[in-house]
Amino acid sequence: MILSIAIRELRGLFVSPLAWSLLAVAQGLLAWIFLLLVDDFQNLQGRLVGLENPPGVTDLVVAPLFGVAAWCLLVLTPLLTMRLFSEERLSGTLDILLSAPVGTSAIVLGKYLGVLLFLFAAIALVALMPLALTAGADLDVGKLLAGLLGLILLAASFAAAGLYMSIVAAQPVVAAVSTLGLLLFLCIIDAAGGRETTSHPFAYLSLLRHYDALLLGVFDSADIAYYLLFSLAFLGLSIRRLSDGPPRD
Amino acid sequence: MTTPLLLQVERLTRCYGDLRAVDELSFTLARGQVLGFLGPNGAGKSTTLRMLAGVVTPDAGRIVIDGNDLFDQPQQAKQAIGYLPEQPPLYRELTVDEQLHYSARLHRLSRAAARTAVARVKERCGLTEVGVRLNGNLSKGYRQRVGIAQAILHDPPVIVLDEPTVGLDPIQLQAIRALIAELGQSHGVILSTHLLAEVQATCSHVQIMCAGRLVFTGELAELERRRESTCLRIGLNAPPPVSRLALLPGVDHVEVLGNDRFRLHHARDCDPHRAVVDQSCAAGWDLWELTPEYTDLERIFVDLTLGSNG
Repeated sequence: MILSIAIRELRGLFVSPLAWSLLAVAQGLLAWIFLLLVDDFQNLQGRLVGLENPPGVTDLVVAPLFGVAAWCLLVLTPLLTMRLFSEERLSGTLDILLSAPVGTSAIVLGKYLGVLLFLFAAIALVALMPLALTAGADLDVGKLLAGLLGLILLAASFAAAGLYMSIVAAQPVVAAVSTLGLLLFLCIIDAAGGRETTSHPFAYLSLLRHYDALLLGVFDSADIAYYLLFSLAFLGLSIRRLSDGPPRD
Repeated sequence: MTTPLLLQVERLTRCYGDLRAVDELSFTLARGQVLGFLGPNGAGKSTTLRMLAGVVTPDAGRIVIDGNDLFDQPQQAKQAIGYLPEQPPLYRELTVDEQLHYSARLHRLSRAAARTAVARVKERCGLTEVGVRLNGNLSKGYRQRVGIAQAILHDPPVIVLDEPTVGLDPIQLQAIRALIAELGQSHGVILSTHLLAEVQATCSHVQIMCAGRLVFTGELAELERRRESTCLRIGLNAPPPVSRLALLPGVDHVEVLGNDRFRLHHARDCDPHRAVVDQSCAAGWDLWELTPEYTDLERIFVDLTLGSNG
């Protein structure tokens, strides 16, 4: 049941020009940044040789690339998730799901899975770029995988928040804007505590702070738990909200 | 023998802000009934049907579908209902076949069962030729038919259709009405409409809603009985003076229609047709037409809905 909904969702994304254009724009931008990073690395390489423990290609190319990819996801995800409920409610197709003998949790999880699979495809495309470097450079596979995991967890969190906003908001554009606002706020919230201290509660709440650790190759289960809890909380809220019926005005 | 109740609705209420869109509505539906939901725009018809389908949550009340309470056992109850909203809910990017298969999966039909069910409803709704076309490219009539096909796909005992014949051409209209009548034999069907002709053509029972309340509920025949005749149209080849006709027992006044035809207005319980026939024979008026004129349903409808407001 969840799978049927997810497949339909994914299909709906792939036949819409929106999803393809988002993929193309994100990929184009990241490819340009990737080229610049590789170029920089080549220029730096001569100076790095003298260092005792020089940063490798993973630190100088892959980590910054994934850092930018996170910001791309931040902008891209709200545009994908706004469709999930707001748009279906406007076009009336949500009635199919609501009148079918399907629990609200199955509806929410099916749609979440659908958009997640799409985001995974986008992340896979991004990951192909550093993988192309394996032909001529030594990649730190551990760091690469930690970064990928971070990106996946980040996407899962963004999507869960966007899904909730899509249920709450009556208009798709409102859903997208409020998701973007919420995510941006959660990303820069650590600025309040001063960027140096990690123990500050605001810093702990920041979505990107936990991602930075993964990019450095630090695999802390607390970071993983943060993203999982974040996603679960928004999914739970979504299921509750959808069970309560449509938004009232 | 009592027919089994497929649907019980008790004191259903739903408010939008201060507006009580549906106000303590109670009714039942039995197998073999086609219930027409009538009412002016904004009477609460669609809201009621949306609540039955589980799309809108009521503020108060109880809905039992085929023995399952919609709020205690939502999945069993929803399995027993097929719903066509006002706008056929179709994904523009799916083909008709894909749409129907998706809907079948959502209603827990196995792959094989889904295939036969889809083939069956396509046949019934005249969709066999458009299976590979995209929903987005279909005409309004076809979209409507796909919507109906979707509602009856899992063969639910209760079928709820919100204005099912909007946008259909006369030939499709006939086919859909025939389909509804056929469904009505083995299922319970509720359809909403604001067209009285629609109700006369397809329904066995009628409910008239106005401002969230029921103002009439009963068999169509009962509504027809309300169409009491208060006029008699007659045609005479050798008419007497109008003043002579006005003297007939029971006649209030006479309207001259031309071409030797007259309309005799009379009191409800005092039909002058016998007097007309007798006098015509006796005085040689040569009667060639005698037609009771009924109040049309529209009139009753207006009376009922206005009456509840006043």
